[in-house]
Amino acid sequence: MLARQQWRSLAVLVQFASGHDPTSIFAPAGTPAHSIFGLSMLVLGITGAIFLVVEGLLLYVLLRYRYRETGSEPAQEPAQIYGSNQIELSWTVIPVLIVVILFLATARVIFSTELARKPAAALDVTVIGHQFWWEYRYPKLGIVTANELHIPVSDPSHPTPAYLTVSSADTDHSFWVPRLAGKTDLIPNKVNTMWIDPETAGLYLGQCAQYCGAQHAKMLIRVYADSPQQFAAWVAQQQKPAAEDPSAAEGEAVFQHNACISCHAVAGTVATGKFGPDLTHVASRDTIGSGSVPNTASNMRAWVDNPAHFKPGALMPEMHLNDHDLDAVTSYLMTLK
Amino acid sequence: MATQTSTTALPDTTAGPEFGRRWLEVVHEWVTTVDHKKIGIMYICYALIFLLVAGFEALLMRIQLAIPNNTFVSPQVFNRLFTMHGTTMVFFVGMPILFGFGNYLIPLMIGARDMAFPRLNAFGFWISAFGGLLLYFSYLGGDGLYGAGTAPDVGWFAYAPLTSPAFSVGHSTDYWTLALLLSGVGSVATALNMVATTICMRCPGMKLNRMPLLVWLYLVTSLMVFIAIGPLTAAQIMLMLDRFAGAHFFDTQAGGSAVLWMHFFWIFGHPEVYILVLPAFAFANEIIPVFSRKAIFGYPAMVAATIGIGFISLSVWAHHMFTVGMGAWANTFFTLATMVIAVPTGIKIFNWLATLWGGKIHFTVPMMFAVAFLFQFLIAGLTGIMLSVAPLDWQLGNSYFVVAHFHYVLVGAILMMIFAAFYCWSPKMTGRVLSEKLGKWHFWLFVIGFHLTFDFMHVPGLLGMPRRIYTYEADRGWMIWNLIVSSGAIFQAIGALVFVYNLVWSYFKGQLAGADPWDAWTLEWSTTSPPPAYNFAAIPSVGSRRPLWDLKHPEDPDSNYEM
Repeated sequence: MLARQQWRSLAVLVQFASGHDPTSIFAPAGTPAHSIFGLSMLVLGITGAIFLVVEGLLLYVLLRYRYRETGSEPAQEPAQIYGSNQIELSWTVIPVLIVVILFLATARVIFSTELARKPAAALDVTVIGHQFWWEYRYPKLGIVTANELHIPVSDPSHPTPAYLTVSSADTDHSFWVPRLAGKTDLIPNKVNTMWIDPETAGLYLGQCAQYCGAQHAKMLIRVYADSPQQFAAWVAQQQKPAAEDPSAAEGEAVFQHNACISCHAVAGTVATGKFGPDLTHVASRDTIGSGSVPNTASNMRAWVDNPAHFKPGALMPEMHLNDHDLDAVTSYLMTLK
Repeated sequence: MATQTSTTALPDTTAGPEFGRRWLEVVHEWVTTVDHKKIGIMYICYALIFLLVAGFEALLMRIQLAIPNNTFVSPQVFNRLFTMHGTTMVFFVGMPILFGFGNYLIPLMIGARDMAFPRLNAFGFWISAFGGLLLYFSYLGGDGLYGAGTAPDVGWFAYAPLTSPAFSVGHSTDYWTLALLLSGVGSVATALNMVATTICMRCPGMKLNRMPLLVWLYLVTSLMVFIAIGPLTAAQIMLMLDRFAGAHFFDTQAGGSAVLWMHFFWIFGHPEVYILVLPAFAFANEIIPVFSRKAIFGYPAMVAATIGIGFISLSVWAHHMFTVGMGAWANTFFTLATMVIAVPTGIKIFNWLATLWGGKIHFTVPMMFAVAFLFQFLIAGLTGIMLSVAPLDWQLGNSYFVVAHFHYVLVGAILMMIFAAFYCWSPKMTGRVLSEKLGKWHFWLFVIGFHLTFDFMHVPGLLGMPRRIYTYEADRGWMIWNLIVSSGAIFQAIGALVFVYNLVWSYFKGQLAGADPWDAWTLEWSTTSPPPAYNFAAIPSVGSRRPLWDLKHPEDPDSNYEM
């Protein structure tokens, strides 16, 4: 049995090997990820010890009992040993004991994570997976957004975890932000729940972890853990109606007279489509294409021209707009702060 | 029949009956054969061809993933590659190659002249071979009337509703479904045959507890095939009803259940892992004793552990579903069931170690592969324990860690033992020993490539890289690991080519094997290499588990020590 100290040094070793990676499971930043990390150290310790003992025995046996040519004397067979019940019993009982230890430690984490009591201050978010982007709805705040999830940092003394109610509009997906928690699948016709409580402010990355079609690889997740003030400001800004900038009126007209509005919504306008991301505050987001590229005017223009520039296989079609209309729509979208 | 009449009518201008035969006659003989040895060899050859094809698909994927944001293949092509790679390797490489060796060896090892149902045996082979051809015909026919599709791109476990008509247009998924359905029919036919042969065709004196362990393990595997293939076939039929008849089993848009498919598939899918690995254990059970010159340690424990694995493996399927929201109690149950399977598996590893202990270990090529199997299978088992811990699976499930884990089982354990079996038994099949020199090149290239690829593949999984992505972001720190993984694939590819060259070269130029090149102890080595069509001139009679040991050591026969 390894002492706690040794586990910790093992953890340091593993962390050293993995560096400062943005999606490492060994860099936990939330309660579920921490408890899994702790459990993983126990499991690594036990399996590592088994590895050393058994592979060590194997190497010893191979070296000690390898056949050597002995010259003239005729090859003699070694002593034939057929078995021993005592020995069989010992290497049955010891693994059983190890299994019991591992099982009890595992059950504890399963129950503490899956059956955790939901604090009154928890934030409710509905997550809906789409081919190949994320829809985030805040039912109590009246916010609908996409691809960039904002939640408040959770202070351990007054925990404000985000409770995610997850499902899918089309195929299976899976929500996985390794530094915050394990993954939970988004399955159509089924509602799952999970919770995350980032302990420090910052951006946490992840991506879809259940194969969902052509662009499964570019269904990226960005979770912004905001300070309470930042989060309040973000909520207030998202609750505002869509910006009305007279200089973008032409682009707005192009947007509303093309197929854009069949799939996209801009709150307060005729655009009420549901198949694509809500664009009411699209310009406030850092990225487009579910995290594919930074949200700049030139990227936005290229995306509207043909999403396959960045994401071949994305369901949004090539829009076939002329250069003038492309510029107009782009400048309209960039005003939707 | 028509062919037969016409060939006999042709004037025979050749001198010898063996060498001058027309190729058509040779083909005719192989196509119509019901000889278990010929069927076994056909299984093995067809699996080898698919092994090269599916290995090539893996190589293309590794080129694509070597660096981030690579554009070597399109996302659609990549998705087809991993689907075809997985489906081919499991259903048209793993199953047929193991059935091939079983077909060849079981009657010889139990002193029988053929399988119990020779014509069913041929049927099983041809229906399963047809399934494989159908899967690859999808590259031509998968477009269907919609002009979209080509090869299947739904992944080898084809989760609903990605397979529903709404998300999979064209006929690619239909080819996938039919291919698996046919392969399943062939597998059940062969499994049935193996059970009947083992139960009914043993030679005089060969009680169940005197059967070579290989035969025992194939018996358990075959029984598991009965149980496991049923749910798979049922699921395929339901999927076909969904796709062709508008049923709604898995059609979530009409109230169907995606989770239902997962249960059906994994009730098949997890026992399938053990169906594939038990034959690998079976080879190890024969090869390790012979090349360490000792009887297997703990024969009854090995049989008991095998049966234990067979039963427990039927109750672990949902460890593939820890993230689908089954609830805390179900996750706890399947964690326990999965951990428990480590106990009988551990017993096997310890018994192999004890067999080596005190032996005289000859490092021939088959033994080198068997030793690599032991070393790697332990690691595969340990990462398996990690993944059985449900919370750890919430992190690592569907990541490259899982991909590394199951390739450790499938390549590090099963493929290594398949190579060992080739080096051990192909002298019996062809009459010539495979070149040891080329074999050692094959071994070292492949083992080095294996470790470069699959040791380092664990790391991107720990760093959050999900499987089945055609490319990845540059800022995640995954590139260096993927580059190493891809470089290992090249070593494995060269190793595999050396192996194929060795097979061909040794078939024509190899050293003659004689009846018993390894000084072994089971019945197949008592007849000529290759054996005559009737296997044994006189049906043998055995008095212990190692009949040839008894012959070679009349002063100290095994039967004195049977437990």
